[in-house]
Amino acid sequence: MPVDLRSYLGHVELPNPVFTASGCGGTGRELAQFFDVTRIGAFVTRSITMAPRAGRPTPRMAETPSGMLSAVGLQGPGVEVFAERELPWLAERGARTIVSIGGGSVAEYTALARRLAGAPGVTAVEVNLSCPNVEDRGRVFARDGSAAAEVVASVRAATRYDVPVIAKLAPDVADVVSLARLCVDGGADALSMINAPLGMSVDVDTMRPSLAAGTGGLSGPAIRPLAVRCVWQVHAALPGVPIVGMGGVMTGRDALEMVLAGACAVAVGTALFHDPYACQRILRELEELLQARGFDRLADAVGLAHRPAGAGPRNRIDLEESSL
Amino acid sequence: MAGSPVQVTGTVLTTRRVEAYHALTVVAPAVADRFRPGHFVTVAVGGPYSSMLTRRAFAIHDVKPDYGGTVEFVFSVRGPGTAWLADRRARDTLDLVGPLGRPFPLPRDPCTCVLVGGEYGSASLFVLADVLQRRGCRVDFVLGASSADRVFGALRARRMGETTTLTTEDGSLGMRGEVTDVLAGVIADARADVVYACGPMAMLRGVTAVCVEFGIPVQVSVEQAMACGVGICMTCVVPVIAEDGVTRMVRACTDGPVFLGERVRFDDVGTIPFDALGAPGGRHG
Repeated sequence: MPVDLRSYLGHVELPNPVFTASGCGGTGRELAQFFDVTRIGAFVTRSITMAPRAGRPTPRMAETPSGMLSAVGLQGPGVEVFAERELPWLAERGARTIVSIGGGSVAEYTALARRLAGAPGVTAVEVNLSCPNVEDRGRVFARDGSAAAEVVASVRAATRYDVPVIAKLAPDVADVVSLARLCVDGGADALSMINAPLGMSVDVDTMRPSLAAGTGGLSGPAIRPLAVRCVWQVHAALPGVPIVGMGGVMTGRDALEMVLAGACAVAVGTALFHDPYACQRILRELEELLQARGFDRLADAVGLAHRPAGAGPRNRIDLEESSL
Repeated sequence: MAGSPVQVTGTVLTTRRVEAYHALTVVAPAVADRFRPGHFVTVAVGGPYSSMLTRRAFAIHDVKPDYGGTVEFVFSVRGPGTAWLADRRARDTLDLVGPLGRPFPLPRDPCTCVLVGGEYGSASLFVLADVLQRRGCRVDFVLGASSADRVFGALRARRMGETTTLTTEDGSLGMRGEVTDVLAGVIADARADVVYACGPMAMLRGVTAVCVEFGIPVQVSVEQAMACGVGICMTCVVPVIAEDGVTRMVRACTDGPVFLGERVRFDDVGTIPFDALGAPGGRHG
C-alpha cells in the first residue's frame, strides 16, 4: 500500500515532504532538465532581494570533508525580475513555490513581502534570517532574537493570510530554541532549519583563505548532526510547529532521520549539486523506508524519535491523534 | 538540436596516459549522441559513499560510435578527486552528467580558423577542428604549455592543421615563449577570420587582446571552478558584458563555457566590477 506522504505547512497541504533547499535549485529551469519540479513537495527559490545583486567575487566555493563552503552572496536579479520572469514560469507549470526572501533591514523584508503578496503562485514565504542587518553593524538577524522576531512579524503582517510564513534559522546562535520561540511568537507559521553555519578553510598552497569572501556557509553531510540536533531540540520545545528539516540530506535514510527528529518536511540542498536527480531519489527512498517500517502515513513518523525509550511506535501515534 | 543533459552511469572502456595527463574513455551513448564541440561533462568522484561532494568538470575531448557511443575526457591530477579518477580502470563505472554548456558557435560559410590551446585545454579543439574542416574551413593550430610534456595533442594537431605552431615556456618543444607571442604571426600568415581558444584564463586574456588588435572574433572556452555544472550552485561566475552593454556575473557552466572573448572582462575575473549589475553600491537595474 502506498504511504500517505502528504505534508502540511500550517494549513497548506503539500503532496510530499521533499523540497529543494533555498539557493540550491537555481530558478527551477535548470533542474527541470532533469526532473519535473511539480513532482516534489515544493520548490524553494534562492533568497530574493529587493535590488539585483552581483554577489561575491570568486572563488565562491571550496570543497571540505563531506561538505562544501560557499559564499555566493545572494546573487540574483532582484524581486521585480523574479516576479516577472521566474515566478510565473514556476506557476505556469503548477509547481508549489516557496519564495525565500533576504534583506538588510526590517523595511526591506516588509517591502519584499508586500511585493510578493500580489504575485500569483506563492505557496509560502521563507524568511532567510541569516542576512546581515545593515542597521545593526552587519550583525545577522538570526543572532539577535528580537530583530529576527521583528522581521518575522512584519513579514507576517504584509503577507496574505492564507500564505504561511516560514522562518529559516541558523544553527550558529547561542540558543536555537529561544530563537525559534521568538520567531513563532512573532507570527511564524513554520520553521526551517538549518541555514548553513559559517565556516572557513585556508588554501595551504596559496596560503590565503580558499574563498574570496574569507568565510562561507558550510553545507553537506558534514553539518547533518548539527541539523538533526536543532530539529530535535526545537520539536521538543515546540511540538506543534511544523519544521522543514535540512542540512546534508543525501539519501532517504537521512530524510527519515530528520523526520524522526521532528521535521514534517525535508529540504535537499548540496545533494543537488552532486546528483541533479537527488530530490526524486530521496522521495522514492523515503517512501520505501516508511513502507518497510509499516507506516501508512508520513505524519505518523514525524518526531517519533522523541517517544520514551522502550515505548513502541504506537504510543506516540495515539498521543498525536488525541492532541490534534 | 541537441537535447538536454542526462545523468548516466558509464563503464570505463579505456584509460591512458598522454604525456603529463590522463585520458578516460567512458561508454555513454546518451551523452555522445547529444555532443557538440565545446560541451563538457561532470563526473562524481570517490565512489558511492564519497566525502567529495562537488562534481569535477572536464571538456569532452572526443566522442566515438563504439559500443553505442563513447566520450573521452582529459585531466591532470590536481587533488584527491582527480587522483581517484586517475586510478580508474577499464570496466569500473563512473557517474557522468552531460553534455553540458554552450558549445562553440560554428561559422556559416567556410573560413580560416586558428585554434589556440593552452595546457590540456587543447583537448576540446580536435573535435572542433574536425567539424570545421568538414564544413570546408581551413584550420591552423597554436598549442602551448609550460614544458613539452604538458603540450596536449601536438601530433594530432600536426596531422590535422594546415600549420601547427608549438610554444613552451622552457623551450623544450617548439618556440620558447607563450602562445600569445606567436599568435599574431599565425593570424597574419593564415589571414584568419576567427580564433577559437581554450586554456588557462591568463592565456585567454592574452589571446583575446591579440584578436581585438586584428579586429577578428575570438571564441574562448573558460575554465572556472564549479560545484554542479548545471547552473544551480552559482559558484562559477565570470564578469561578462551582455548585448545591452551591461556587465553581469554569468555562470561559466550554463551561459558559457564558450564566450565571445571581447565580452569577457578578463582583468576583473575574481572581482565584482563596480559597474556590474547589482554590484555593491553600484548599478541597480
